[in-house]
Amino acid sequence: MKYTVGEPIQDTKAPEGPVEDRWDKRRFSAKLVNPANKRKLRVIVIGTGLAGGSAAATLGELGYQVTSFCYQDSPRRAHSIAAQGGINAAKNYRGDGDSIYRLFYDTVKGGDFRSRESNVYRLAQVSVNIIDQAVAQGVPFAREYGGLLDTRSFGGAQVSRTFYARGQTGQQLLLGAYQALERQIAAGTVTMHTRHEMLDLVVSDGRARGVIVRDMVTGEIETHLADAVVLASGGYGNVFFLSTNAKGCNTTAIWRAHRRGAYFGNPCYTQIHPTCIPVSGEYQSKLTLMSESLRNDGRVWVPKLKGDSRPASDIPEDERDYYLERIYPSFGNLVPRDIASRAAKNVCDEGRGVGPGGLGVYLDFADAIRRLGRDAVEKKYGNLFEMYERITGENPYDQPMRIYPAVHYTMGGLWVDYDLQSTIPGLFVIGEANFSDHGANRLGASALMQGLADGYFVLPTTVGDYLAGSGSFGEVAQEDVDEAVDQVRGKIQRLLAVQGDRSADSFHRELGKIMWDYCGMERSEESLRKALELIPALREEFWRRVKVTGTNEELNQALERAGRVADFFELAELMCLDALHRTESCGGHFRAESQTEEGEALRDDENFAYVAAWEWNPDGTPVLHKEELEYEYVKMTQRSYK
Amino acid sequence: MSGMNLTLRVWRQKGPDDEGRMATYKVEDVSPDMSFLEMLDVLNDRLIVAGDEPIAFDHDCREGICGMCGMVINGVAHGEQRATTTCQLHMRHFKDGDTITIEPWRASAFPVVKDLVVDRSAFDRIIQAGGFISVPAGSAPDAHSVPVPKDSADAAFDAATCIGCGACVAACPNGSASLFTAAKITHLGLLPQGQPERDSRAKAMVEQMDAEGFGGCTNTGECTVVCPKGISLDAIARMNRDYLSAK
Amino acid sequence: MIDRGEATDSVRPPAAHSPKKPTKPAAKTGRFTSTNGKKAVMAVTGAIMVLFLIGHVLGNLKVFSGAQSFNDYAEFLRTAGEPAVPRRTVLTLVEIVLVLAVGLHMWSAISLARRAAKARPVKYAAKRKNQAGGYATRTMRWGGVIIVLFLIWHLLDLTFGVANPAGSAGLPYDRMVQGFAPERWWVTLFYAVSLVMVGLHLRHGLWSAVQTLGLASGRTRKGLQLAAAAFSLVLVIGFLAVPFAVMIGVVK
Ligand SMILES: Cc1cc2nc3c(=O)[nH]c(=O)nc-3n(C[C@H](O)[C@H](O)[C@H](O)COP(=O)(O)OP(=O)(O)OC[C@H]3O[C@@H](n4cnc5c(N)ncnc54)[C@H](O)[C@@H]3O)c2cc1C
Ligand code: HEM
Ligand code: HEM
Ligand code: SF4
Ligand code: F3S
Ligand code: FES
Repeated sequence: MKYTVGEPIQDTKAPEGPVEDRWDKRRFSAKLVNPANKRKLRVIVIGTGLAGGSAAATLGELGYQVTSFCYQDSPRRAHSIAAQGGINAAKNYRGDGDSIYRLFYDTVKGGDFRSRESNVYRLAQVSVNIIDQAVAQGVPFAREYGGLLDTRSFGGAQVSRTFYARGQTGQQLLLGAYQALERQIAAGTVTMHTRHEMLDLVVSDGRARGVIVRDMVTGEIETHLADAVVLASGGYGNVFFLSTNAKGCNTTAIWRAHRRGAYFGNPCYTQIHPTCIPVSGEYQSKLTLMSESLRNDGRVWVPKLKGDSRPASDIPEDERDYYLERIYPSFGNLVPRDIASRAAKNVCDEGRGVGPGGLGVYLDFADAIRRLGRDAVEKKYGNLFEMYERITGENPYDQPMRIYPAVHYTMGGLWVDYDLQSTIPGLFVIGEANFSDHGANRLGASALMQGLADGYFVLPTTVGDYLAGSGSFGEVAQEDVDEAVDQVRGKIQRLLAVQGDRSADSFHRELGKIMWDYCGMERSEESLRKALELIPALREEFWRRVKVTGTNEELNQALERAGRVADFFELAELMCLDALHRTESCGGHFRAESQTEEGEALRDDENFAYVAAWEWNPDGTPVLHKEELEYEYVKMTQRSYK
Repeated sequence: MSGMNLTLRVWRQKGPDDEGRMATYKVEDVSPDMSFLEMLDVLNDRLIVAGDEPIAFDHDCREGICGMCGMVINGVAHGEQRATTTCQLHMRHFKDGDTITIEPWRASAFPVVKDLVVDRSAFDRIIQAGGFISVPAGSAPDAHSVPVPKDSADAAFDAATCIGCGACVAACPNGSASLFTAAKITHLGLLPQGQPERDSRAKAMVEQMDAEGFGGCTNTGECTVVCPKGISLDAIARMNRDYLSAK
Repeated sequence: MIDRGEATDSVRPPAAHSPKKPTKPAAKTGRFTSTNGKKAVMAVTGAIMVLFLIGHVLGNLKVFSGAQSFNDYAEFLRTAGEPAVPRRTVLTLVEIVLVLAVGLHMWSAISLARRAAKARPVKYAAKRKNQAGGYATRTMRWGGVIIVLFLIWHLLDLTFGVANPAGSAGLPYDRMVQGFAPERWWVTLFYAVSLVMVGLHLRHGLWSAVQTLGLASGRTRKGLQLAAAAFSLVLVIGFLAVPFAVMIGVVK
């Protein structure tokens, strides 16, 4: 697959000056919309996760007319609900030396120097307000006996800044946003459309002006127009088929916006989470994450001997290799995700993995139980242990859990500027759907923070600034709408017309395997070239052999899936291309060719300290636009967690 | 590999206006490590290849937290396994040769959309009526300005774990949504932040629950048994109290 | 592999619930006409009836202290409050309250049952397994009906005497003794069955009332349920003691 290099991106619209003043400056310079005009302005929000839910609620509260969509039957079910571990904030309630600056520093470093300082600083600043907002909404964060909020430490950080609500932090935060959203729906400022899937973006006169959606119950193709469109449609980890994401997570909304001109930033940056329950069979439909917080008290080990098939309890202490503690003495079991994942892969590659297929390592709580008592462990992790037992049928109090890395999060996403606006004016992208704040690797408990920062605090300001100029927006041209509707209908008709002999799921599974094997935890020129051969061939077969039963005019889950898989095929290719062109290793992107002597990721700052923003090109050769990254505050160093 | 062979009796209904019927399917070679939904995936894949419409069912997270999945399995909402959503139910709890009956949630406030998919939007409208604390973004005081005693926070959390799946309604002989509604009233009513709206919330939510056509609670207790999050009947008692004493 | 099966019961959903309709205006229900309100009415009226039953069983047990004592007690019921108020004032008041209580109790029971039937029009094809014991709703409603039938008979029998061998002119004690005479074993049997129903009704009803009024909590629920069961048992035994005593001739 070929690509061309286009104009670099010069301006990200971040204000100049000291990093700690930039967000204030931007807020002050933002133009305001007067209340009477707000009522006449409509904003479409796709997605009701932490990002979309909080954005829609806040915009509604501010007085805009909001139209909101999600593919589930209720906004409360967005995938954010599944987040377990917690949310970071630089509150320094513990007095353990945390500060906005330290959170900023940790995030830039954790992202392996591939994120923007301005954005990350703002994120750290706003993090403080998020906790206040959530608590006021009634989010029942864990508390200590004195009634104050409890925190814990999380991978990649040496301070305790992660707020949590048992193992259900995402659920509680999302319910807070959902309730705020429902309140606005009752107030009439937000119109909610559940079971609606966005299938295209309407661009008119160069601006994003609406969306084409399919009513998933009746099959009706609807057009919704607005003055601005916000995509908060989540991540695309499901391109791997097996991931910790919800089954419905997809790339359709952002991919189709990409095809309409929005650049795609860093598509290859994928986070592989180290603590998931290993695969048990061919039929498996998704992978389940065990919260990373388990690494606070659990110890990771494998047998020292290759192919040691004794049960864990029969392996004596001195024949166990606590490899994370051995290799990374100062961070031990708490090293960042990418490092922990690759270390697990390495020991399994050496033949020291445990469980079926040797694809697993132990996460052992025996020490913790001895030290804290079974009750204390049960209090802290009881629900996670139960979940593990429900899935595997094994009791983690008696034998160590088995874990293995799995695809978890996508740092890549649509490219946005400091205002969270994409390259299409009027198209804003927030939450996991954009590429913005995590660089090449996201720290644990930072996605929830980013989604809510975007939705509650950043976007409402920057959208306002954009809409202040709405006086000059023209009417939406009918032919632009018609063209988009035709595209959507055409694609559905094509899928229905194939009438082949394989289900969309079977293709998705195969695509996922290609991605995992050749564009997964470790990538090489060879593996990526291989993937770039296999994917187009499989895509071609998909369009020849896929079978979609039923019609468009009904609830048709086979059709929904086929549409999403079709988009995954196109995205997968761009991911491999991006991974191929970035010959360095950084964060979650590990190129076999670029490693230190000890096997750690080796960055190439000379050549790759940039964001790769890809432009869609109908003729099949994407255009690469580079946004150079500069570090004024955090010195670029080789990351070390030793 | 030889797995279990099962017979499924599944509710099929083309749409809201179709009458619906039970259909029987044989599924062979089911692994005990599969989840219930994976077993249905396997059946659906075979149906698609055979040119038959797959069985529509709702699901998303497949880890027991989004509340999207739900079917009545052998007469019990989410199946007989306690504290488990349908997506977390594993086939190791069934035996070779079993016949399994699968039906959608039954309640007139949850009309069937297709096959096992029902419309639960009534729950959203109950929340709209008052299941929130009004606080515009940016107006909140510092999180530590109001300490919350740990036991209130914990009890509020227990109620807040409701995933809105609707199993309680499906199991209740009266088709009552009391457990769901009460869980939210309890969650918010136990926290200091929830006090200003406590009375109006209880009144509005109970009345919306009635307006949606759910039945009344006669303290049968079926709901709490099938509830995957084990929401307790205490919540209903608290809702009753808040409702009756609301000004 | 696939057997398409036959149609079972029609399950067309009520038209009012088409999924396309996003919001419904909340019907106006007042504090006591909402489901919760009706339940509270049922609990309060139930409690009133329970108080009456306590008094009633204590009165009945006076049979064991002889005809004189029992008839005096019956007489006292009618003369209570004299001379401040005319004869039967207090009794009539009690009767009015009771009639109101029964009426309201039945009104809420019936309207809630009808509502429940509308809320759950379709039965599950799989034989439903009651997870929580679940006898309550079944026995509460059918039990209630049996109790009503019993009451009618009971009033005709022992209050108005029309269905009693001692007739309406007889003294209360005679009505009792003749009413439960051994050859009228079927009357006693009917009483026994009905009282068991009353007992079952109260076993669930008593703690249920506490729950309905929002006074139960996790800590007290088990205890409440036990207390309700114990109370019901004592009450039933207390009531049944009289007819059985008459039947076996202890009381003549
Ligand atoms: C198992 C798990 C655990 C996690 N734990 C943590 C944690 O502890 N801490 C942390 O910080 N992060 C965690 N994360 C990451 C974090 O949960 C997500 O990154 C974040 O919630 C994403 O939020 P979002 O609002 O961007 O998108 P989502 O919550 O994914 O929401 C997407 C929304 O878009 C809608 N949508 C998607 N496509 C379409 C379409 N085509 N048309 C219409 N609507 C559409 C969906 O309906 C949904 O409402 C975890 C992730 C996983 C998978
Ligand atoms: C007249 C015929 C009767 C009918 C149809 C009837 C029916 C019912 C029903 C359906 C319930 C609701 C069950 C529940 O909510 O758990 C109930 C509750 C109750 N009944 Fe009755 N009942 C009758 C008579 C009585 C009598 C005679 C008494 C007293 C001796 C009584 C005492 C109670 C009590 C205390 C409750 C509990 C109230 C509550 O649950 O909130 N009932 N009754
Ligand atoms: C074996 C059990 C019972 C016996 C022997 C019994 C006996 C009597 C007698 C003798 C009277 C007439 C009193 C009088 O007119 O002075 C009476 C009245 C009455 N009984 Fe019972 N009774 C029994 C059970 C019950 C039960 C279970 C109920 C209710 C559920 C009940 C409800 C009433 C009522 C409502 C009256 C009328 C009171 C009035 O007129 O004010 N009885 N009973
Ligand atoms: S109360 Fe329980 S059963 Fe009911 S919706 Fe909530 S989680 Fe589901
Ligand atoms: S099952 Fe129904 S009757 Fe009440 S206790 Fe639960 S809502
Ligand atoms: S699919 Fe989310 S709870 Fe079952």
